[in-house]
Amino acid sequence: MQGPSWDLVADVQLLLQFHFMQNAFVAGTLVALLAGAAGYFVVLRGQSFAAHMLSQVGFPGAAGAVLVHVAPVFGLVAFCVAAALGIGWVGRNVDAGHRAESAAVGSILAFSLGLGLLFFRLYAGSAAGIYGFLFGTILGISDRDVQLTFVVALLGLGALAIFGRRLVFATVDPDVAEARGVNVRLLSIGFLVIVALSVAITVQIVGTLLIFALLVAPGASALQLTARPVRALALSVLLSLGFTWLGVALAYFSDLPVGFFISTVSFVAYVAIRAVKGASAIRRGNFQLRGAWFAAEA
Amino acid sequence: MSIGQMLALDFMRNAFVTGGCIALAAGLVGYFVVLRNEVFTSDALGHVAFTGSLGGLLAGLNLLAGVFGSCIAVALAIGTFGGRGRGRDVAIGTIFAWVLGIGVLFLSVYTSAQSGATGSVGISVLFGSILGLQPIQVVVGSIIGIATCAVTLLVARPLLFVSLDPDVALARGVPTRALTALFLVLVAVTVAESVQAVGALLIFGLMVTPAAVAQNLSARPWLGMALSALIAFAAVWIGLVLSFYISYPASFFITALAFAAYLVSQLGRRVLPAASR
Repeated sequence: MQGPSWDLVADVQLLLQFHFMQNAFVAGTLVALLAGAAGYFVVLRGQSFAAHMLSQVGFPGAAGAVLVHVAPVFGLVAFCVAAALGIGWVGRNVDAGHRAESAAVGSILAFSLGLGLLFFRLYAGSAAGIYGFLFGTILGISDRDVQLTFVVALLGLGALAIFGRRLVFATVDPDVAEARGVNVRLLSIGFLVIVALSVAITVQIVGTLLIFALLVAPGASALQLTARPVRALALSVLLSLGFTWLGVALAYFSDLPVGFFISTVSFVAYVAIRAVKGASAIRRGNFQLRGAWFAAEA
Repeated sequence: MSIGQMLALDFMRNAFVTGGCIALAAGLVGYFVVLRNEVFTSDALGHVAFTGSLGGLLAGLNLLAGVFGSCIAVALAIGTFGGRGRGRDVAIGTIFAWVLGIGVLFLSVYTSAQSGATGSVGISVLFGSILGLQPIQVVVGSIIGIATCAVTLLVARPLLFVSLDPDVALARGVPTRALTALFLVLVAVTVAESVQAVGALLIFGLMVTPAAVAQNLSARPWLGMALSALIAFAAVWIGLVLSFYISYPASFFITALAFAAYLVSQLGRRVLPAASR
């Protein structure tokens, strides 16, 4: 395999000379589009933890699908959507404090990952197979996976295009939205389902455990830069696309795991943006050393 | 095979002894983790444990040195830099996704450097390897497990005070900061221990689920602590027996048993009137 040069055109040709890499790029692009768009709303609504939970619940779904010989995406979609509906349904009558809730979530996560391990052992799957689902891979994305990803991404993006405005409205001012006749409750369950779809296809590229890198970090970085919805949304999608393309390319040329590159690139971008913001805040005399790192989140 | 034959096997005896000690420590410390609402600190430490153990292997150190070193260092860092606050989950999630990403890099470098390794070392760190403990892990694991229990019980009273009413505790002259730091170190040590039993990803199953069950069953702290430790212990021992006879992964049975106990306790809470608790 040839290494990269400074000739960008030649590099891209190198990257795309194999069919599996074409698939990885097409799937990665679709994933980045949906994850970036959904990620903006995830961060805006403060639901990053739900995304984390959905992705881990997806792990036994993927492993179970392999076990019964269907495409992992089906298992991921089924488990993630079921979990999303479960969260939405329980969300209504959870009156316990945060403590009980996080204990419940933690218990479910541990059990679902254990279940995924069991499915893998039942299938006698290889270590590489487990790593693929946990940390993502650019290998082995089949034509069929690309088609499925396309359908799911289209569904998710279409739903966001239709409900996006109402979703921002309901997030920023739920009471007024409710009064104006927006069904806030249904909207939030619907949104969780969209997140579930995003998670299901994103897992193919970055894996269950690194979902934050594509589903949360781009949105969080974008919201640091601008508060205007359309601009932040576009920025989030662009960042997500950039992280994915860069990560996949680096993984191809270096032969190291794609999950490492995407999570590193997105982390560095996030830290850099926060550092720039923090520096300019200090320059403006807004001196909050200890709080600077976490304050802008609220 | 009979119970006697099972106990005649070295690796089963090791698993029972070490797993039991780890479970008691995880149950006890986990009780405070849930009480203080620091569930996600233990999750984050689990991620660190994965990267730390592989980093330790890569640096030519012992796996144990990597796990304990990295967990304690990060726990102290969390204690120093992070207060408790809302809205940190994006920052923390992004940081720890990156930590895991580095772990994957280490794993990939380590497995390609060792010609014999097939990547199963990563699986055993992620999902535990209680049936394949090395002699040193048995000794270290058991001793540290018991020591953790002892220290936790020793500071349990002031720790309860600080956890339930930090302001009054501070006013009464309880060393809140020192206790919090000590507690984080205890959590770090317990996480590092639990990684060997159930793995970095399933730590919740041993540290959080039994404690959550105990808090469903009783609001009294001492009884709760005892219940939490007992439930964790029972989950590990029964899980080991099941995995011996059915030969599926022990960590699956352990998390499944703990989760079943949680579901039952949750159901009991709904059905039974609150007065009986």
